[in-house]
Parts: sequence; C-alpha cells; structure tokens
Amino acid sequence: MKRFSYALKQAFSQIHRNRNMSTASILAITAMLAILGIFFILMVNVNMMTANVEEQFDCVEIYLTDSMTEADGAALTEQIGGLPDVASAIYLSKADALEVMKTRWGDNAYLLDGLVSNPFPATIEVKATDIEKEAAMVEAIKTIENPGIEEIKYYQEEIDKIIKISEYIETGAIILIVVLILISMLVVSNTIKITVHAREDEILIMKYVGATNWFVRAPFLIEGIVIGFIASVLSTAIVGFAYYKCIDFFTPKFLAFFNSGLVPLEFIIYNLAIIFAALGICIGALGSILSMRKFLSA
Amino acid sequence: MIVFDNVTKYYDDKVAVEDLSMIIEDGEFVFLVGKSGAGKSTCIKLLLKEIEADEGTILVDEREVTGMPKRLVPKHRRKIGIVFQNFRLLPKKTVYENIAFAMNIVYASRRKIKPSVQEVLKLVGLEDKEKMYPDQLSEGEQQRVAIARAIVNKPTLLIADEPTGNLDPDTAWGIMELLQKINDAGTTIVMVTHAKDIVDRMEKRVIVIDDGIIVRDSKKGAYTEDEEI
Ligand SMILES: Nc1ncnc2c1ncn2[C@@H]1O[C@H](COP(=O)(O)OP(=O)(O)OP(=O)(O)O)[C@@H](O)[C@H]1O
Ligand SMILES: [Mg+2]
Repeated sequence: MKRFSYALKQAFSQIHRNRNMSTASILAITAMLAILGIFFILMVNVNMMTANVEEQFDCVEIYLTDSMTEADGAALTEQIGGLPDVASAIYLSKADALEVMKTRWGDNAYLLDGLVSNPFPATIEVKATDIEKEAAMVEAIKTIENPGIEEIKYYQEEIDKIIKISEYIETGAIILIVVLILISMLVVSNTIKITVHAREDEILIMKYVGATNWFVRAPFLIEGIVIGFIASVLSTAIVGFAYYKCIDFFTPKFLAFFNSGLVPLEFIIYNLAIIFAALGICIGALGSILSMRKFLSA
Repeated sequence: MIVFDNVTKYYDDKVAVEDLSMIIEDGEFVFLVGKSGAGKSTCIKLLLKEIEADEGTILVDEREVTGMPKRLVPKHRRKIGIVFQNFRLLPKKTVYENIAFAMNIVYASRRKIKPSVQEVLKLVGLEDKEKMYPDQLSEGEQQRVAIARAIVNKPTLLIADEPTGNLDPDTAWGIMELLQKINDAGTTIVMVTHAKDIVDRMEKRVIVIDDGIIVRDSKKGAYTEDEEI
C-alpha cells in the first residue's frame, strides 16, 4: 500500500510537472478513441441492421390488391402453401400488416399513429424450406395467375448485397481500429519518454542506491494509465453525446429505410465506456512500458 | 569484506582490469590510486554490478556478486553507499529531499525518514541547510549532501570515486575528515583519488593499479613508492 501510494504520488507530480505534454497526449488519445468509437458505433449499427434485414426479409412477401377480399386472400394463401419448397405461407390482413409494422418499430411506433389511412397492403408471407430454394419457389409462385397479386417482393439479392457491404465495413473498421490503437500507444510512449528523460539523473541515482526496476517503473506506468484513463472518460463523454444527437437526427430516416432505429444509446455508452477504459488503460500501460524498456535494461 | 579473486574485465578486445585479486576487510579505509585509464572506476562498476566481470569472482560480505541474479542487484546496492566527483544531486529537490529520496527506495515511512535525514545532516554538518537547493550551496556542501545521501540507509561500505576532485584543498580536507568520521563509526571506505597530498597525509592502505593490474598494495602507504616509510 505504501508502495502504491508512493508511486501514485510520483505519477501525479510527473503529470503535473509535464502538464503540457500530458494534456497534449490526453487530447491525442481522446481523439483516437473518439474516432475509434465512431467506427465501433458504425460497426454495431451495421451489424444490427444486417441482422434485422436478414430476420425481416428472409421471406418472400406477396402484396395483394386492396380490392381482394380476405376470403380470397386466405384461399390464395392455401394454394401457395401447397406449392413445392414452401415451408409456410401466412396471410396478413391490412390491419395485421400495420400491427406487424408497429411491433417492428418498437419505441418509435408512435410515428405510425399519425397516419390517416392504413398504407400497408394485405400480405402473404412465404418462407422457403431452404434459402437456396427461394428462387425456384418464387418462379413457382409467379406461375399462379391471380389478379389479386399486386407485387412479389423477393429480397435475396438485396440481403446478399447488404451482408457483403457490412462485411467490408467491418473489416475496414477493424483495420482502422488496430492502426489507431498502435498510433495511440506511440503517442503515450513518446510522452512518457519525455518524462523519463527529464528524470534521467534521478533514475540513475535511484538505481545506484538500490531501487528495483519496478520501483522506478511504477510511477511511469501509472502516469501512462492515468493519461489513458482520462482520455477514455473524455472520449466516452464526447462520443456518447454525439451519438445522442445522432439518434435524434437519424432515427426517423432510418426507420423509413430500414424498418429499424439505431442501436440504443445506453447500449453504446455502456460498451464504449468499458471498451475505452480498457483500451485507454492498456494503451497507457503498454506505451509507458515501451518507452522504459531500453532505459531499464541498462 | 570485499574479495576480488582473479577478476578480468574486457571492453571489446581491450582489457581494463586483468587478473586482479584483492581483499578489503570490514572497517578498512582504502585508497585506490593509479593513472587515468588504469581501471579504478572499472573496479567500482564491477563491485556495484553495473558491469559484468568476464572472469574471476567478486564477493561482498560473503555474497557472490559475479553471477548474482538481476533481481538481487538492488538489494546488493543498498549495502553500498556511493559518492561521485560531480555530486549528482537533483537540482529541483531540496537538501532534505535529496537525502530522503534515497530512503523512499526502501519504502521507509515518513516517520522514520525524518529523524534519519536529520541525523545524517548533523553528521555532515548541514543541519541548518535542509531547505536549501543544491545551487544555493558551495561545492563542498554539495558533496556533503551527496555523502549524507550515500550513508542515510546505513550501508556497510561507502565507495567514493574522486570525491574531492572538484574541490579546493581546504574543502577537500573537510570532506576527508567527514569520511574519517564515517569510517570511525565502522563503515568500510574505498576511495578512488588522484590527490597525492591527501593520500600521503591520511596514511591509509593504498592500492595502486596500473593498466588493470595491482602494482602495489601497502598498509599506511603513500601516493608514490619512494616516499614509503
Ligand atoms: N564503457 C567503456 N567502453 C570501452 N572502454 C572503456 C569503457 N569504460 C572504460 N573503458 C576503458 O577502460 C580503461 C579503464 O577505465 P577506467 O574508467 O576504469 O579508468 P580509471 O582508472 O577510472 O581512470 P580515471 O582516473 O581517468 O577515472 C580505460 O582505458 C578506458 O578507456
Ligand atoms: Mg575513473
């Protein structure tokens, strides 16, 4: 305990003495973490959207004209259910379709309350026994010549495209995140190097009077960790706030396009706080060990 | 007790200390003299395990220094106080802090540090200067602070590498008196020096090194051989 409090005191006095450099590296790492956070948010949202899209659109939707009666619709549904490769065919009336939309939009369902008339068509949702057989199944459905069929929505290609794009985004984000982490470590290690340099005489004498390597290293290690941690708190606040603003702005647009909102703020902040703190501390610790390695081997 | 047993040290291909053997008993006061480049500082660095011997064995208090694992080196150094020609005080720390700092290394509590520091300050005659900074002190006073720092952890051995090299004769004598006082209290002292008059007047054991070899070792010796009694 005495050891730790000594190292802690040393660390803070170092940060204070070297405050310009410390501030600069805190800001640099905050910026890195913030950028990293943006990529993280992007990744999480893309992931969620892809999952949503997959889940919502892994079926073929057959939109029916408003003039078709529910009885006719049910009959058609039964006919389609009898086709080969069809796993299930479910009939949704106009009212059902609206209800489904409302549950999909979740917290934002109130946006649908303002509608004057129900814009959603009655729909038959058809699932194939196997995703691979979907194309064949759609061909079979197309051969049914029923005037009540307004449109057959078949999303496979779009889903494939979205999955591809999300994979690219994910890979890109991961590469960038790794690069940013490395840069941050260099920034910390440079700052610590300057403190180490400023205290070179002191360290030399410490070693002469019998200080262990850990005694010498601990304050610098803590200095790095403190710098990393402060940066993590700052970047969580900044990115969290920015995301909060983004949610306000983007949610209505996203709902219109993707039938889902953004990943909730609490989830993002909670995860970012943990990730940033862990990263900040690791970056700080590794950065400072890196900068001391050469110095302590002598 | 310090034992050098057939110790050899090379820097690259050049031999700095060659097949050197000597024994220094507890409580002795020894001058290590010799021309520049003779290998005196090398001996001290070997003793502190700043550098590794290429051959031979070094013992300090029956502990083998050569081949000592790295993690034991700090503890080994705590048994040895060291003073340099250029003092090596920290300019931004007060006299008190410069000395207390050596005690932080052994995680001494503040309650223990204060009386210890005041005791050594009194011993070196600077009890009224504890709040001053090194650049407010004369060179002799700075060297006294360095000595205080070297002995505050009560080492059994004090090594001084040309401690009077930067000082005028009177001030140097003050330092020698102080070292004598520390020696009288039981601390072994090994002092490297080029100061002929000091060696001649102190009449201590003199070990003369030339080209890494001991060429003379005389009790109550003088700096040069022909003046030997
Ligand atoms: N790090 C080193 N690398 C190479 N050669 C060295 C190194 N240190 C010392 N030497 C050489 O080893 C020899 C002994 O050096 P040492 O420092 O022990 O001499 P010294 O007796 O202390 O001299 P001085 O009285 O000038 O301090 C010298 O020839 C010196 O040039
Ligand atoms: Mg020398």
